Amino acid sequence: MSHKVSVTVNGTTHERQVEARLLLSDFLRHDLGLTGTHVGCEHGVCGACTILLDGLPVRSCLMLAAQTNGRAVTTIEGLSTDGKLSPLQEAFRDTHALQCGYCTPGMLTTMTAFLAETPNPSEDEIREALSGNLCRCTGYQNIVDAVKLASQRMAR
Amino acid sequence: MKPAPFRYVPAASLEEALALKAEHGDEAKFLAGGQSLIPAMNFRMAQPAILIDINPLTALSYVRQDGNAIRVGALTRYRTLQRDAAIAGKLPLMAEALPEVAHPAIRNRGTLGGNLSHADPASELPAVVSALGGTLHTRSKKGTRRIAAQDFFTAALTTALTADELLTEIELPVLPPRSGTSFLEVARRRGDYAMMGVACAVTLNASGACAEARLAYCNAGETAMLAPKAAAALKGQRIDDKTARAAAERAKAEINPFGNVHASADYQRHLAGVLTRRALLVAAERAGA
Amino acid sequence: MSIRSFGQPIKRNEDGRLLQGKALFVDDVELPRMLHAAFVRSPYAHARIRGIDTQAAKKRPGVVAIYTATDLGAYWRPGFLLVPPPPIAGITFNERTQVPLVKDKVRHAGEPVAVVIAEDRYIAEDAVAEVVVDYEELPAVVDLEQARDARSGFVHDDLKTNVAAHVRQIKGDYAKAVAGAACVIKRRFLYDRGSSLPIETRGVVAHWDAKADRMTIWDTTQAPVFLRNGLAAMLGLSERQVRVIAPFIGGGFGPKIMMFYPEEVILPWAARKLARPIKWIEDRFEHFFATTHERGQLHDAEIALTTDGRILGVKDVFLHDTGAYDPYGLTVPINSQCTLLGPYHIPNYDSTFTALFTNKPIVTPYRGAGRQHGVFVIERLLDIAARELKLDRAEIRRRNFIPPDDFPYNNQIIYQDFTALTYDSGNYGPILDKALKAIGYAGFRDEQARQRAKGKHLGLGIVAYVEGTGIGPYEGAKVQVQASGKVSVATGIGTQGQGHYTSFAQIVADQVGAKVTDIEVVTGDTDQFYWGAGTFASRGAVVAGNAVNEAAKVVRQKILRTAAEHFECAEADLVIEDGKVTVNGVPGKSVALGVLANVANPMRGAVKPGTEPGLEATSYFGPEMGATAAGVHAMIVEVDPETLMVEIKDYVVVHDCGTVINPLILAGQIHGGVAQGIGNAFYEQLVFDGQGQLRNASLADYLIPTALDVPRMTLDHTVTPSPLNPLGIKGAGEAGAIPVGPLFAQAVEDALGLPDKGIELNEIPLSPSRLWELAGSADNITASQQARVR
Ligand SMILES: Cc1cc2nc3c(=O)[nH]c(=O)nc-3n(C[C@H](O)[C@H](O)[C@H](O)COP(=O)(O)OP(=O)(O)OC[C@H]3O[C@@H](n4cnc5c(N)ncnc54)[C@H](O)[C@@H]3O)c2cc1C
Ligand code: FES
Ligand code: FES
Repeated sequence: MSHKVSVTVNGTTHERQVEARLLLSDFLRHDLGLTGTHVGCEHGVCGACTILLDGLPVRSCLMLAAQTNGRAVTTIEGLSTDGKLSPLQEAFRDTHALQCGYCTPGMLTTMTAFLAETPNPSEDEIREALSGNLCRCTGYQNIVDAVKLASQRMAR
Repeated sequence: MKPAPFRYVPAASLEEALALKAEHGDEAKFLAGGQSLIPAMNFRMAQPAILIDINPLTALSYVRQDGNAIRVGALTRYRTLQRDAAIAGKLPLMAEALPEVAHPAIRNRGTLGGNLSHADPASELPAVVSALGGTLHTRSKKGTRRIAAQDFFTAALTTALTADELLTEIELPVLPPRSGTSFLEVARRRGDYAMMGVACAVTLNASGACAEARLAYCNAGETAMLAPKAAAALKGQRIDDKTARAAAERAKAEINPFGNVHASADYQRHLAGVLTRRALLVAAERAGA
Repeated sequence: MSIRSFGQPIKRNEDGRLLQGKALFVDDVELPRMLHAAFVRSPYAHARIRGIDTQAAKKRPGVVAIYTATDLGAYWRPGFLLVPPPPIAGITFNERTQVPLVKDKVRHAGEPVAVVIAEDRYIAEDAVAEVVVDYEELPAVVDLEQARDARSGFVHDDLKTNVAAHVRQIKGDYAKAVAGAACVIKRRFLYDRGSSLPIETRGVVAHWDAKADRMTIWDTTQAPVFLRNGLAAMLGLSERQVRVIAPFIGGGFGPKIMMFYPEEVILPWAARKLARPIKWIEDRFEHFFATTHERGQLHDAEIALTTDGRILGVKDVFLHDTGAYDPYGLTVPINSQCTLLGPYHIPNYDSTFTALFTNKPIVTPYRGAGRQHGVFVIERLLDIAARELKLDRAEIRRRNFIPPDDFPYNNQIIYQDFTALTYDSGNYGPILDKALKAIGYAGFRDEQARQRAKGKHLGLGIVAYVEGTGIGPYEGAKVQVQASGKVSVATGIGTQGQGHYTSFAQIVADQVGAKVTDIEVVTGDTDQFYWGAGTFASRGAVVAGNAVNEAAKVVRQKILRTAAEHFECAEADLVIEDGKVTVNGVPGKSVALGVLANVANPMRGAVKPGTEPGLEATSYFGPEMGATAAGVHAMIVEVDPETLMVEIKDYVVVHDCGTVINPLILAGQIHGGVAQGIGNAFYEQLVFDGQGQLRNASLADYLIPTALDVPRMTLDHTVTPSPLNPLGIKGAGEAGAIPVGPLFAQAVEDALGLPDKGIELNEIPLSPSRLWELAGSADNITASQQARVR
């Protein structure tokens, strides 16, 4: 049985029929073609699939597409405007906070929400907030620095 | 890792949810935060035929103070609990344990009711609710029930909930004055289930000796394990290094950890001793000893 | 030349795309009419297959095909032996490579038995659950020592042994060394299995275009050219008919090399048969079985020294777990064998290993590729020796360093690249000095005592290592100035986050005078560059980087020649800068590179005989042998003596990888390597039960370090350029990961004062639970330490 969902993704409202079991991650990536959201485990641990649901980070692999009816979703594609990087994205580039870039979508969505709630975080707070997103390439140091740099730039 | 097929029903009302569950029993599952159920479905370890999504039942999300108790709606998310003034002020044990549960993105979805219904003995929250002597309220088409925490958790991943029942509310008593609590755990990484954890509550009498103590453990057996003998032996004693050590030794004998890939049973038991001593001292200090 | 970009911390060209979710990874490939594959995998580690029933599964709506080994017909063949054994006298090597689908006997849990092709992955998984396989379970060969015992049974019955290989390499005469030694230390060391665990799993999309008569394969491979050649041969196609694209890859670390994994082999075959594109994306559960593991080894080692701590000789006999098959030959155990020698002058060395088949997933190189194990053994031996001889642990290392004048230094044994293990250049003393200073070695004992008085248990570790990098055979590159003025660079290697798009651009930018951002690097597309070996063994920057440099040099000459003709001036009067060529001192006289590219490619008129059109060149580079990088890591830990939880307080890396192309990228490589090393030392372990079942096949139970587990690191460098390549670079990809095990063990021992209690940490990983077991009774530690505190 399929379900009708009307979901706003990065500002655009999509109406789709989805199968009950379709994971939100698959819906975004394969039905909407928003492949910037990555899938690394499908059991909630790696964090690569993290998106913002009504502004809050959640794992898209642990939600059904059918559950998003009437909700607003932001993915990595929605963080920059007209090709202009957000301060956080810019800082990631400046500090070399990504290598393969596979974990990056989840890092960016999680940290975007974190900075909105915690504008002037300490290193410990940043690391705590990052601890649910796994990165196998960077050793995290440059990611921590990027978040710090973004917070400083955004304060100006 | 894709879930097997199922029928999905977003609950339009509590009545509808309960009717469906009554009709389909164990074939149906409630979907709350989905942070345990969906991973299990993705691994195909859980294959419910019907998924009753209770997320639309927003009336099940609340924190209310009611006399000497705090009542928490089953659908209340961890995130909400962490930001609730009543939880922070009246249930510091819960407030202290919540940041140890998973990560922010998981806590944005996970619910107290889902956690307790899932009844993972390694989880922090069954231990907290057991240490506080909470009462769980359930509802089915047949009516409502009140179940004491220690009777609710019957085995690993198993509760006293019947196949037609929904957990609706968790009632947690506020501790009397001169009480202190402490939640301590040792996990491999932040956000992991604990290798061992203890939820500890202590109430002192006017002379500063222990009037009442409660100790509950995560990952120490089939359910959130209590250590009633260790706690009882503290009654009338001052909680200091010596009595805390003695209590720790007693508690080690009362629990029954299994060991897992991260920790041998012996190490878990050892940790329980260390954490019991530390938690008792902290809780006693917080109680004003 | 304009400001050199070589050596600068230039921001990466590829980041814009990655940061906006616009980079193409394999799972992002969507093709019309695409089907999806899922594999039926054995739940048993060792079992005979009595029958497979696919009838019910085939009937499920949406299922297009189900294939078993018999359906593959003549296409079924064991995989290629990717690396033949090196030419070492007297070696035994039994080649047994993995099969596409199991025919008769399953040899590890998760081995594929059948493949389901369906309209989507969900349906494919439904059908997988409906395929009924009749298994006869056999006792599994799991334990390394038991694998040697014939009574345990055989992984490959026809061999009548589980020995995959036996190799002995000797330098000098160890017996003589012992005869003259003041001190001989013998110990057993254990290093357990782990997983490389890139956050992106593996994946393949195969597309047969019947009209073009071509196969296109998107694959998460580190070595697309190699894969293209092999698959073309298997499919009976010419190499020109097969295009392998390794687009953006979400981390490789070794196991994404050209393994000819079953899925890589089956998808193209099935896509041609069904005339529809097929995608397979490994899920995380599959990854724990279907992607190769890193190595378990058991060493019995001894070291002979003089009273003043000079090494006279080392003897090592070790067992290496190669898993169910050995397609990667002996690379891993040879690396262990060779890297054990470290930065030290070891005049006598006698090393023997036996590689054993077990009923566990296959072992192939993962970042470090066995070097860790060698380093663990020698560094632990030196720690023990320092204690026995009452020497300082830094001093015993310094005394044994190969002196700077002794390079090139020939170790007289054969390395993984088949040449005698020779260190090209090095100067180890200054590396150690810098590290000692940065970690505060001189003041540490006082600080340790001060902290101990406050009840804190701090410990310090310091270890040294070398890393053979940048081995051959060769890589190539094509550099081409486009009419747009942009410069394209193509190589045959794959890239998995190492920043090749930028570091190669930097090399070219300096030669052709264009901006780094105007240089477009293509890696991993066999249609763009035909030849090459791949990204492994810390060789991308060294080998491909030098090929890029050579090609860019030729293009530079062409630019100058063309411009000189254009302006009718001497080449010496020209300056290439900012994407244009200018006649020196004549500001108006300037031509853009793009315009010159057109000039060099005239549409009318005659060009001089022998002229090649365009501003383009292809060059190859093959080093005569590997370049040897070196380093020292130091760390300070705090250990809770009761819980045995360890916190890393400080971490220092001093590294020498020759000339540095981009310090930003280099630092990133080191950070990431150290993080993996920390995982390896403290968190990560694949836990098998007696039946060869993996007990922790999920990311919730296989623990990779988080942002709270990896400390801030202090990095420093010394630079000893490699004489083996014009750029003077040495590889750096694996250095971070290699020495963390012994470092961690040393620091934890130090924090808890374990050696004073006769306790040594001679195994990896060291989980808190294991530490507690090894420390005997943690209560003893606590009691004695607390007695001191009070
Ligand atoms: C990466 C990760 C890390 C985690 N780490 C931890 C951790 O450290 N500690 C910890 O405690 N948990 C951890 N969890 C699990 C998390 O806390 C879950 O949220 C929780 O276990 C289940 O709550 P839920 O609301 O998500 O319930 P769901 O997953 O929706 O449901 C769980 C079960 O309870 C049933 N159920 C749900 N609500 C009700 C109800 N009201 N009445 C009756 N039955 C109901 C469901 O049918 C299902 O069987 C982790 C999860 C993830 C993904
Ligand atoms: S894919 Fe969702 S958390 Fe890993
Ligand atoms: S950059 Fe590769 S996983 Fe984070």
